[in-house]
Amino acid sequence: MIRFLLLFSRQGKLRLQKWFTAISEREKKKIIRDMTTMVLARQPRTCNFLHWKDLKIIYKRYASLYFCLAIENQENELIALEVIHRYVELLDKYFGNVCELDIIFNFEKAYFILDEFLIGGEIQETSKQIVNRAIEASDMLQEGDSSEWFEVELFG
Amino acid sequence: MPAVSKGDGMRGLAVFISDIRNCKSKEAEIKRINKELANIRSKFKGDKALDGYSKKKYVCKLLFIFLLGHDIDFGHMEAVNLLSSNKYTEKQIGYLFISVLVNSNSELIRLINNAIKNDLSSRNPTFMCLALHCIANVGSREMAEAFASEIPRILVAGDTMDSVKQSAALCLLRLYKTSPDLVLMGEWTSRVVHLLNDQHMGVVTAAISLITCLSQKNPDEFKTCVSLAVSRLSRIVSSASTDLQDYTYYFVPAPWLSCKLLRLLQCYPPPEDGAVKGRLVECLETILNKAQEPPKSKKVQHSNAKNAILFEAISLIIHYDSEPNLLVRACNQLGQFLQHRETNLRYLALESMCTLASSEFSHEAVKTHIETVINALKTERDVSVRQRAADLLYAMCDRSNAKQIVAEMLSYLETADYSIREEMVLKVAILAEKYAVDYSWYVDTILNLIRIAGDYVSEEVWYRVIQIVINRDDVQGYAAKTVFEALQAPACHENMVKVGGYILGEFGNLIAGDPRSSPLVQFNLLHSKFHLCSVPTRALLLSAYIKFINLFPETKATIQEVLRCDSQIRNSDVELQQRAVEYLKLSSIASTDVLATVLEEMPPFPERESSILAKLKKKKGPGAVSVPELDDKREGGELNGGGDRGPDTAAMSASNAVSRYVLVASSCLFMYIGFVCKNNGVLFENQLLQIGIKSEYRQNLGRMYLFYGNKTSVQFASFTTTVSCPGELQSHILSLNVQTKPVEPLVEGGAQIQQVLNIECLTDFSEAPLLNIKFRYGGALQNLSLKLPVTINKFFQPTEMTSHDFFQRWKQLSQPQQEAQKIFKANHGMDTEVLKAKLLGLGTALLDDVDPNPENYVCAGVIQTKGQQVGCLLRLEPNGQAQMYRLTLRCSKDSVSMRLCELLAQQF
Repeated sequence: MIRFLLLFSRQGKLRLQKWFTAISEREKKKIIRDMTTMVLARQPRTCNFLHWKDLKIIYKRYASLYFCLAIENQENELIALEVIHRYVELLDKYFGNVCELDIIFNFEKAYFILDEFLIGGEIQETSKQIVNRAIEASDMLQEGDSSEWFEVELFG
Repeated sequence: MPAVSKGDGMRGLAVFISDIRNCKSKEAEIKRINKELANIRSKFKGDKALDGYSKKKYVCKLLFIFLLGHDIDFGHMEAVNLLSSNKYTEKQIGYLFISVLVNSNSELIRLINNAIKNDLSSRNPTFMCLALHCIANVGSREMAEAFASEIPRILVAGDTMDSVKQSAALCLLRLYKTSPDLVLMGEWTSRVVHLLNDQHMGVVTAAISLITCLSQKNPDEFKTCVSLAVSRLSRIVSSASTDLQDYTYYFVPAPWLSCKLLRLLQCYPPPEDGAVKGRLVECLETILNKAQEPPKSKKVQHSNAKNAILFEAISLIIHYDSEPNLLVRACNQLGQFLQHRETNLRYLALESMCTLASSEFSHEAVKTHIETVINALKTERDVSVRQRAADLLYAMCDRSNAKQIVAEMLSYLETADYSIREEMVLKVAILAEKYAVDYSWYVDTILNLIRIAGDYVSEEVWYRVIQIVINRDDVQGYAAKTVFEALQAPACHENMVKVGGYILGEFGNLIAGDPRSSPLVQFNLLHSKFHLCSVPTRALLLSAYIKFINLFPETKATIQEVLRCDSQIRNSDVELQQRAVEYLKLSSIASTDVLATVLEEMPPFPERESSILAKLKKKKGPGAVSVPELDDKREGGELNGGGDRGPDTAAMSASNAVSRYVLVASSCLFMYIGFVCKNNGVLFENQLLQIGIKSEYRQNLGRMYLFYGNKTSVQFASFTTTVSCPGELQSHILSLNVQTKPVEPLVEGGAQIQQVLNIECLTDFSEAPLLNIKFRYGGALQNLSLKLPVTINKFFQPTEMTSHDFFQRWKQLSQPQQEAQKIFKANHGMDTEVLKAKLLGLGTALLDDVDPNPENYVCAGVIQTKGQQVGCLLRLEPNGQAQMYRLTLRCSKDSVSMRLCELLAQQF
């Protein structure tokens, strides 16, 4: 399973944090510090994987943002790398050419999209279309009441 | 309008975020945040009821502030209100806030659970999903208690929508992981397995994570999943790259699901059913074949997805370890990747080959890649890849290639990254020992290790070389000669001095015939290093000197002179001073015979597990290390020498060091026992450190303050303490919580630092928790383990009762196992006041006028544990003439009677 996902900028500013297990705030801060220093210190064109404690760290940089995923030891690194990529694609599809600012100003959306994609550190839905339709539907429903909502959800 | 905002933009939020971004300094940011917090607080407190939109906006702002790293102590109630809104986005923000910020405020949890319950039963799939996400995100025990039985029902109900099923499956998985005892297997389990056949690929993808986890814990109950998984996998693998529509990822059909299916199969042995097995082997072959086909896209996503499946298939092949043909193919495939231009693939190939190297079918095939791997170790730019290469060399090492691999690892050490040096050193030391055919090679290798990476050679490593030299007389002469030569280097590492001092002290006579290494030359060589060394090394050298006096009487005068000089017999370090004084005395008064007996050559070390191996295991975690074991059935294992006996303590057989060692240990025990009847005092004290304790207990809770005092004038560095609970304690005393700011890593000379432990007694126990203290003093690592005086009687509540009540209860507790009795000799005076004080210190009530014999003492109390209360009655009958006591305990729990009786019998 995925233990956590962090998004941070080249300057080490945290843009999104998602924890899939219960961790104290103190411990979170420590992990965030460790991850940003470790990942930012990596040279270009090195591999995307690191060992850290009993976890594997998978990271990838997209433009100004680093996506950093921690997975358990027996998990598959390459597919985790594509989890990152699929999430980027989902953000991209939603925001249209996503950039760091989109995530800063619409952080709640970034969380909603992630919730449609991953739950409890496991993949819920890999289909880009289905995830996007769910997100768009919820946007359309922003101020509607629940009865209206009910019908729109039936897209299958 | 600053920047972008999508969907139902909250303008106020965007303005606030952009304000924060414009702050020039941390102070400005904090000021802006405080202003906002004040604003939100007043809005929430105001008389005017806020509309849903505003509430949502403010809750969202609070969330943003929290995610910036600031504490939020209000707004939870407003967020909970949002949960019951009919408007989707308000509900959604409410749930997001709860998911991120929930704490175990029980009042709130009840309200949250209520809202979740409503949404789950709303039959509105979107609301149900939101509620399920929230449960999965929080995953607390309270939620598991409330929903663990409901969710399986939703998961397998015929009319549940696919998206809800997906959320429910993963939500259940989360609850199962956090509270497995609350998720009960039942009729739903068989239906869950059949979700592997579901038409909707998304449902299968979500469900398989749940099924895999359940199968790991209950393999028998879920074993039907094997054939279902094989047929699903076979359908995916044989499908064309476009068949699965949106589940095809860059021309790879369902990569996530394929990987999950292959992982699920790794929970089981190879299928017994021939047809299923045949089909699976076919799948694996197809996957291996596809790797050879030209890529369908140049995109890295394509090759990543394809290779993810390939690596997972290889893991399964290695897991089965029964198909030589597939294993060799897997190995060849990985061999190709070793030279791939993608760094990621080289890294993974090295990692994967490590496991392959331990299979007897593929070990030889892995070995053929040795040159490539050595090359990777030398030339890879990326340290993580080099580390994998070093791991693989270690894994593929056997008798045939040990010399080459050890030599390569040694030469790599000279330039290796600091972060991995210690581990490399341990690995080289293990391989050198394990595959040593001639021990001179072994000695050379270890001395080279010390030369190249002396700082990273831990005690275990140099202890080990000494153990081996002592146990093997064919290598002793060579070892003496080699260390003698090594010591001639103008700058040599302190570890070399230690090994040199020890070995020359034992076996210097073997090379003394050569005038170039005559006794005096040896001594002068050693002594030339003396002043540059730390205290422990000097102590070791002093022991070597006294051994010289025995080996070579002609050095006696010179050495006595050295011992006699002020810097030795008046050394400010007690240990050095004591050794100098004792050795000097010993050398002047003892006859040659006595000297020869006392300073006899060290006896061989007992054979045990290599201490280095133990160290590596500790470093990497159990299971992480397997010494390559393949071709090597060692004869006798004569090298497996003593684990924890460092040669230094052994070297001091001349002085009273051994008995002194015992003394320290027993005085600790004595102090520990002393704490049974008192809560404050000194737990431990030696020349360096004093540890004081103050503790208080109430009901089943306790708090202990530990005071660590540095008695020296020198700073202690890397000071760390850990508290661990041996065995049964873990479940019995909970949270011996080293509270925040455990201890500062530096303790200045003369300073005292403090640490707080919180203790909760869950049920009765007999083992004491252990306190381990590590620090560096003048370069030497000090390591100390003490029992913490937490004993069951600390949780006593005194109970007053009349004579009548006492004897009535006494009779009620009349079953033989409820009583524990001991008759023992008095260890201390039998003074009445002292006895009374001790009994009061025990925590019980001392009852007057109960026992008809006024000489006797009776006490009563209740031990409070979290789970239960244990009533205890005590009777102590002194016999002044015989200087004996009879102690009787009766408790409502047998184990408590026993334990109290043991504890108390040591007190009087």
